[in-house]
Amino acid sequence: MSIITKLALAASLATALSGAALAQDLTGKVIGFSQIGSESGWRAAETSVTKQQAEERGIDLKFADAQQKQENQIKALRGFIAQGVDAILVAPVVATGWDDVLKEAKEAEIPVILLDRGVDAPEDLYLTSVASDQVKEGRVAGDWLVQTVGDKDCNVVELQGTVGSSPAINRKQGFEEAIAGHANVKIAQSQTGDFTRSKGKEVMEAFLKSSNGGADICAVYAHNDDMAVGAIQAIKDAGLKPGTDILVVSIDAVPDIFTAIAAGEANATVELTPNMAGPAFDVLAAYLADGTEPEKFIITESKLYTAADDPAGEYDRRKGLGY
Amino acid sequence: MTDTGYALEARGIVKIFGNHVALDKVDFGLKPGEVHALLGENGAGKSTLIKILTGAYQPTLGEVLVDGVPATLNNPQHAQTYGIGTVYQEVNLLPNRSVAENLYLGHQPTRFGFVDRRKMERDSKIVLARYGLNIDPSSELGAHSVAVQQIVAIARAVELSGKVLILDEPTASLDRNEVERLFEIIVDLKKSGLAVVFITHFLDQVFAIADRVTILRNGKLIDTKSLDTLTRTDVVRLMLGKDIAFSGATKLEENRPLGEVLLDFKNYGRKRSVHPFNLTIHKGEVVGVAGLLGSGRTEMARIMFGADAADEGTVSVSGTQTSISRPTDAIAHGFGFCPEDRKAEGIFGDLSVRENIVIALQGKLGWFSALNRDEQMEIAGRFGEAMDIRAASLDMPVKLLSGGNQQKVILSRWLATDPAFLILDEPTRGIDVGAHAEIVRTINRLRDEGLALVVISSELDEVVAYSSRIVVMRDRELVAELNGENINPGVIVQAIANHRDGAPA
Amino acid sequence: MIRRSLLKLANPQLLALIGVLLINWLLFPNFFRVTWQDGRFFGSLIDVINRGAPVAILAVGMVGVIATKGVDLSVGAVMAVAGAVAATMVVAGYPAPIAVVAALAVGLLCGLWNGILVAVLDIQPIIATLVLMVAGRGIAQLITEGFIVTFNDPLLIYIGTGSFFGFPMAAVIALVLMVVVTLIVRRTAIGLFIEAVGVNRAAASLAGIRSRMLLLLVYSLSGFCAAIAGIIVAGDIRGADANNAGLWLELDAILAVVIGGTSLLGGRFSVPLAVIGALIIQAMNTGILVSGFPPEFNLIVKAGLIFIVLVIQSPLASRLAPPRLQPAAKVPAK
Repeated sequence: MSIITKLALAASLATALSGAALAQDLTGKVIGFSQIGSESGWRAAETSVTKQQAEERGIDLKFADAQQKQENQIKALRGFIAQGVDAILVAPVVATGWDDVLKEAKEAEIPVILLDRGVDAPEDLYLTSVASDQVKEGRVAGDWLVQTVGDKDCNVVELQGTVGSSPAINRKQGFEEAIAGHANVKIAQSQTGDFTRSKGKEVMEAFLKSSNGGADICAVYAHNDDMAVGAIQAIKDAGLKPGTDILVVSIDAVPDIFTAIAAGEANATVELTPNMAGPAFDVLAAYLADGTEPEKFIITESKLYTAADDPAGEYDRRKGLGY
Repeated sequence: MTDTGYALEARGIVKIFGNHVALDKVDFGLKPGEVHALLGENGAGKSTLIKILTGAYQPTLGEVLVDGVPATLNNPQHAQTYGIGTVYQEVNLLPNRSVAENLYLGHQPTRFGFVDRRKMERDSKIVLARYGLNIDPSSELGAHSVAVQQIVAIARAVELSGKVLILDEPTASLDRNEVERLFEIIVDLKKSGLAVVFITHFLDQVFAIADRVTILRNGKLIDTKSLDTLTRTDVVRLMLGKDIAFSGATKLEENRPLGEVLLDFKNYGRKRSVHPFNLTIHKGEVVGVAGLLGSGRTEMARIMFGADAADEGTVSVSGTQTSISRPTDAIAHGFGFCPEDRKAEGIFGDLSVRENIVIALQGKLGWFSALNRDEQMEIAGRFGEAMDIRAASLDMPVKLLSGGNQQKVILSRWLATDPAFLILDEPTRGIDVGAHAEIVRTINRLRDEGLALVVISSELDEVVAYSSRIVVMRDRELVAELNGENINPGVIVQAIANHRDGAPA
Repeated sequence: MIRRSLLKLANPQLLALIGVLLINWLLFPNFFRVTWQDGRFFGSLIDVINRGAPVAILAVGMVGVIATKGVDLSVGAVMAVAGAVAATMVVAGYPAPIAVVAALAVGLLCGLWNGILVAVLDIQPIIATLVLMVAGRGIAQLITEGFIVTFNDPLLIYIGTGSFFGFPMAAVIALVLMVVVTLIVRRTAIGLFIEAVGVNRAAASLAGIRSRMLLLLVYSLSGFCAAIAGIIVAGDIRGADANNAGLWLELDAILAVVIGGTSLLGGRFSVPLAVIGALIIQAMNTGILVSGFPPEFNLIVKAGLIFIVLVIQSPLASRLAPPRLQPAAKVPAK
């Protein structure tokens, strides 16, 4: 529990700092960014937000796309070190095998910040890591559902992510934690939809068949928005109203879910922010200015969006980010 | 031990595949110290019987006895423990391993406890010496001639089993001297008390080496007899169930008035394949092609048919110059081609006899004028009957037919296209006597009907019997064209052997 | 005559399909319940034919390729490309029929490309089609610029989710395609030639069969079928998902063909049995979904069932069954 409080503290600290940090200048600094690739819309959005953040701060961002290969990332990092950049951001494709190149960066006195994912390397080899808390995302979704249904009985069907993947495990865990104290809310069925629309739709169709045509389902909890979008179509095909007959809550906050929320077909989504670079630049500015050591793990906010949060406007804001 | 006097015996063997009775109550007894020939047309049941005796198949009914005691042979390895060893036509050893390793492969541990290479090679040397082979046991097997490999295979089989040796067409790829050497070895083995089963298509060899003979026909036992009591004609009669007349021709077909010129190849050739040759072929004649394996005779056939494109010279069909660079071009001109390697280039093993027969005609008709099933049945039935194809059904996969019947199927395939010109590459190789006679009869019939044929064959008697002219190939070159009165196998052999005597016509 | 057609019905594929459906019924008693809702049939059985349609369509194309001793690994990627083309075009304002035709043409071109690599350049099919399997998804991502292109075009949505006399449009398309392709290959000589080339390409060439044209044809058909499946999948989710559309479906299609009794070594093939193979796979998938197993067991259950189906069809099993000379041969009856 203490760790979680500490993490939450770090997150709020980072947010609090951001206003002041902007004052500290990164203008003209050269920062290398090794991105995994563009395997998902979220990843593309992360890249465009990072570039946007760098531009706002006057940073000269060197961008390298690793196309899902660690060897490309290590090459990119060595390139950045050779160029003598001021700092390096890296979204590591895998957790292991980073020790050598991180040591080289440390010897060259270049701070490295990890984005979005962690690594299995000694903590002193990098400045900090900025990531979301996947368990918390699940918990936020679960809290929303518990509050929304109140005392009513609610059978939830869960569309899991890819079996064995960490977001699937953690988002499931967080949701279960949130509904644990509420006997009226329970998970009736749970299957994997592989994070895709079509599997989400197919699984939801099967759930509807095995739940009395959907009459026994109170809510859908999808581990990502894409599966929720697929599930919404399945609910409509079954002659029910998504968002009304069956509540829909999911995670990620991609643009398309805001269209559905605006249409009343989805109820809530939890944001996995693509802005990992913003907090990273903030702590980096402080560090470069006066050597302020940041917290080792910076947790980004997991913000809940519902119909009350101007879904149409959120859609417009996100549309251009590459989702 | 009940003393039947047989080292290996099969009693009342019945083997049924699906609806097909391959063997019908066959008895077979093999005495120690005898060479026992097993004869029959292809499809008579020889291979099935052998596979049962070596444990590769299990009989449907009946039993196998080893030294008079019933034995169940689960597989060929298991049969070896009963002293039964087999050598097949194609040497199935490992050409890239040493001779010694091939002799003892898979049996080193039980003989030595561990692989002792030096002892293995020393022992190999002794074993090989017994077979009259003075070769280095550590040398690669593949570096030796097929005959030596064959002898190594026999040595291995005898060393590992030692009671019964089954030789399945061991002489098919050997030359005359090699065959004699093999026979010496067999005679030695026989003296040492080994029982030998010998399967071959060559009757001469049967009479040269075998003591007794068992003849099968259509899955039934015809007779087992001592060869002393039989003549060559007797054996053939027993095999075929009828008398066939051997054409004892020693000269070419008498000079008939030649039909009009159908084909004219001028300076026709292909680099690194066949030197340019000139050949004119008339309607109603058979041009025999003689030459050793590798002399370029198959290559010549392939470029005539467009299977390989010629890169020099011209060809005219009925006086009009044309281009034949693909088989489809040749087929459009009424050509047909029965290739030498039936299995690899001729038959479609998994397809039915019917489909195998109609395929070239259908190819000629194209994608969209499909013959329906009835038409296919009618065509396949008509040509199948004309060629006397022995198949339980036209719908059975052609791979289940004997080699001779497969060859008839391929010939039928071309006859169905109503051809003007047929190229037959070794049409009678490796097929049984009955099919052989049928194919020779067909060649004669087609010539009389006005077809032009080119027939490549190693059987000189046969070539002489049906050819109007003979061209001789050597070193990828057409070296002689023989015609006239005094052509006989002797002359051809001379032409093949001696460059200067083969004056181009 | 009646007995013969009964015997034909009793083929292992159909028995396996019935078996899987019965297992589903045991696990989920309402499995066979089909109701009428909003002008369409509704039920798990309908889900099987609807969800199985994309793989069935892929199998219709794949079976010809495999019968020639080839394989087409690119169909999943071609699905993504075709979906991306159709979606991007309707979003860009082109009329839907033109977008559909363009997507089909792109699929045909992809297939033709594979055919050229295999037939003309003589590259081994598994490698030749691997090129497009890898590149195709990249092309699809380029077309969609990395995000899911969503659309509201009624025609595309109808193709993906509409119904025809109450039956899912996807299943109707698959059925029509199966019938048409079966008629084409069996009423012309193409089927015989495909089998001949698959059994022995050297002999086919000597028998005067233009095997190159034939290979170009079967690979093109496979690409075309993949494009149809791609449009259906995109229409189904109202969006083209370049990353996930058709992902790994090439393996399901190959499996469907093999379950349908066509050997990977080429030769005898049957289009309808390959479609039944696809339905068997989908019946398993749907069964797993409605049965309530934890998802961790999905793959193991599926592998186990596939193993059983393949054992039922193995040479060993057919030896125990009454002998038939031509298990997969389908000749048009008189």
